[in-house]
Amino acid sequence: MSLLTLACALTAPAVIEDVAQAMTDTTAQTTQKSWLARAADSDLWYSFVRSPVTIVSTIVTILFFVSAIFANWIAPHNPFDLASISIMDASLPPAWMEGSDPRFWLGTDDQGRDILSTIIFGARISLFVGFASVIFSMILGISLGLISGYVGGRLDAFIMRVADIQLSFPAILIALLIDGVARGVLPREMHQDLVFYVLIFAIGISGWVQYARTVRGSTLVEKNKEYVQAARVIGIGPLIILWRHILPNVMGPVLVIATIHLAIAVITEATLSFLGVGVPPTTPSLGTLIRIGNDYLFSGEWWITIFPGIALVLLVLAINLLGDWLRDALNPKLR
Amino acid sequence: MKADVEHNSLLTIEGMRVEFPSRRGHVVAVERLDLSVEPGEILGVVGESGAGKSTIGNAVIGLLEPPGEMTEGTILLKGDRIDHLDDAAQRKIRGARIGMIFQDPLTSLDPLQTIERQLVDTIQRHLNLAESEARARAVDLLDQVGIPDPDVRIAQYPHQFSGGMRQRVVIALALCADPELIIADEPTTALDVSVQAQILDLMKALCRDRQVGMILITHDMGVISETADRVAVMYRGRVVETGTTQQIMSKPTHDYTRSLISAVPRPDKRLKRFPLVTYIEDAEERPEGLNLATHWLGKVREEHKLTGNLVELKDAHMRFITRHSLFPSRRLYLDAVKDVSFAIQPGEVFGLVGESGSGKSTIARMITGIYKPSGGIIEFDGTDMTALQSRAAAAPFRRQMQMIFQDPFSSLNPRMRVEDIIEEPIHFHKMAYDQSEARQIMHDLLDVVGLGAQAARKFPHEFSGGQRQRISIARALATRPRFLICDEPTSALDVSIQAQVLNLLKDLQSELNLTMLFISHDLPVIRQICDRVGVMRNGQLLEVAPTETLFTDPQHDYTKHLLKLMPKFRGFRMPELES
Repeated sequence: MSLLTLACALTAPAVIEDVAQAMTDTTAQTTQKSWLARAADSDLWYSFVRSPVTIVSTIVTILFFVSAIFANWIAPHNPFDLASISIMDASLPPAWMEGSDPRFWLGTDDQGRDILSTIIFGARISLFVGFASVIFSMILGISLGLISGYVGGRLDAFIMRVADIQLSFPAILIALLIDGVARGVLPREMHQDLVFYVLIFAIGISGWVQYARTVRGSTLVEKNKEYVQAARVIGIGPLIILWRHILPNVMGPVLVIATIHLAIAVITEATLSFLGVGVPPTTPSLGTLIRIGNDYLFSGEWWITIFPGIALVLLVLAINLLGDWLRDALNPKLR
Repeated sequence: MKADVEHNSLLTIEGMRVEFPSRRGHVVAVERLDLSVEPGEILGVVGESGAGKSTIGNAVIGLLEPPGEMTEGTILLKGDRIDHLDDAAQRKIRGARIGMIFQDPLTSLDPLQTIERQLVDTIQRHLNLAESEARARAVDLLDQVGIPDPDVRIAQYPHQFSGGMRQRVVIALALCADPELIIADEPTTALDVSVQAQILDLMKALCRDRQVGMILITHDMGVISETADRVAVMYRGRVVETGTTQQIMSKPTHDYTRSLISAVPRPDKRLKRFPLVTYIEDAEERPEGLNLATHWLGKVREEHKLTGNLVELKDAHMRFITRHSLFPSRRLYLDAVKDVSFAIQPGEVFGLVGESGSGKSTIARMITGIYKPSGGIIEFDGTDMTALQSRAAAAPFRRQMQMIFQDPFSSLNPRMRVEDIIEEPIHFHKMAYDQSEARQIMHDLLDVVGLGAQAARKFPHEFSGGQRQRISIARALATRPRFLICDEPTSALDVSIQAQVLNLLKDLQSELNLTMLFISHDLPVIRQICDRVGVMRNGQLLEVAPTETLFTDPQHDYTKHLLKLMPKFRGFRMPELES
């Protein structure tokens, strides 16, 4: 799971840089001040501290991330450690109900795993898969969008038609399809090992169209601006122009899409796991937990499915609200 | 003038103050403003960008952009207070009693509705007329604003009209309900000179015949001097001077007005330098003592002695596809440049003049290699540029020609610092041994264009239009080019800033012995700066002549026509500035 931290580390500088950029964009004559002073003076921060909903969702998101990263230290039990779970503890209700065990605040599931710990570890898997597939989608979508917009002509028409075709399928169907193909092609043990990567690929490939379309649109606008022509007059080649001049100027909307896409990716992962084609039950994600709990819903053990469900809703809602705020805050017309 | 304002004026504005509250304090756009307009009178409001001209117009019709609001003062229309009305009452006045003409006729008409629909709807909203009566009135209005065959053309859509015709339709729209007052906000700025003259004549005639008062908002002294009866000069939200047009143009009293008027390029006489406006606070001049002859910028660049022309176009042709199709016979083409040939000698400033769409900018982009010509030859220093296959082969030539663009707001990458913008060509063409040398060159360049080294760490948005254009010039000079293309370098700038930038270009040209292609639609500017001029129309080069010959003895009919339309601006001149 160190991959999660790696993923965070990979995206964080880009995100921070872009937000910092948005901040410096709006503050004139403050170049000499420190980074922190500039951030506190920026319009982004101004709109942030005036939106209680955003503050709450930021706190919720940060809580999820911190507990996901430090799950080993935060979670009261380790649900993946088979030695520590006992079937004797199976299906215990939450701590405030009769017949409960004070060791398990939110009760246990059918195998005696602590629900709270499983949620924390499950959220970690959900976030990891979500993050990785968003990055995969972003890289694929941004590259194709830049090429499509800048080169134009037949290549553009081809890429955009592929995008149109893909858009006519529901994303979940594409993810299911790829997962199914992977299961058919890969040997069973290999699939077990590669299940996360297959999942990331499946979710990632189903989401690139959004990025490609947005980036293509912005690229079409930016490439006709005079600063791009100035770069061409200097003699700079298309790759460097795309990387140095156009990419930084089309990243604003991409950042917003990525935030909202993260929530969608988490949901998609949960859906796939709920359908039983996602992560295996031995290392459950939030979706797997909800599926496991679903079987016991009608026999009265509601906590197995309800608590992971609430966790999923909270996480996705918080990220979505954050993305909505970012979209409005970065839109100069709504300022 | 406030004391003697009586309430029989058409429009009276007293003590107006408009504020735009923001989190960084209130921005006062207009303050202590007193104005009046009489029926049949055209009041010109003139000033540079940001002076608050448009805010006045918007405040009068109650369309201030939020969060702006009028915090003090009164607006009286024939004695009725029209400020502080609610929205419904405002709407009754807008269109019915006050008409509005906007700058851009391309965007102020609804492209999805016929002219008839737009006119008839507006007429019916304000006047109690039946559909057929309203239509008859609409046809009549189109006839009055000079649209031929009005009963046929009324059924057409806006895109079927040319820019000038569209502006006539916009004027007809403003006249729909017989307004008492018309506010025209830069009504001719988006139009070509020849169309501009017609529209101004039309507006003048309409005001006189219908006894409509007009507020004409513009930055263009030429427009004001030809159209307005009285003028109010605005500077930083205040009216610094009002008077009759004659009085303001010939005997301005306020320093700002004097500077503003003398900064307008003279169409009638060539001066050594552009008169510099003294009243502008952020006017920057280059530091003295920078001797370009000994400076690295002036150092000879592996240049061999030129014998022939530096740049030569032979039958250059540019054709764009306007409709793509698999079958060649179904494709549609636009010939932007048709078999143009001319040559630019080393050290001269060659001007290209023409109206929009005449192909001037396309030629610039063909020479710099942004467009690949579809026919003909473009030679630079004797080498056929069109025959060069790879970017690597073209690189040494790219280095020697640079370009300055029209729009200072889009010609600099907003995400890059000024230092990176200027150093980019230095690094790309490997013109410095290391980073510190590149940095030194970049600082020198900023000095040369009069910005100073403290500009290096900033982002483009922290600069004004004129300063950005200086950054553009610094970037263009970074490769030590021999040939500089200026594509309308000052048409987006205020007249005072224009003088500074043009002076800078002129100085650099003579000190570095640059060859220049100077593209403009502005004949007075061309006269001041160019040695030879080519006149273009519809992609064809009609005439090439030395500047003074062209202005005194034009050969082609179109050139004569253009020169006749050139604003005859004979305002006040400061002799001390015209050395």
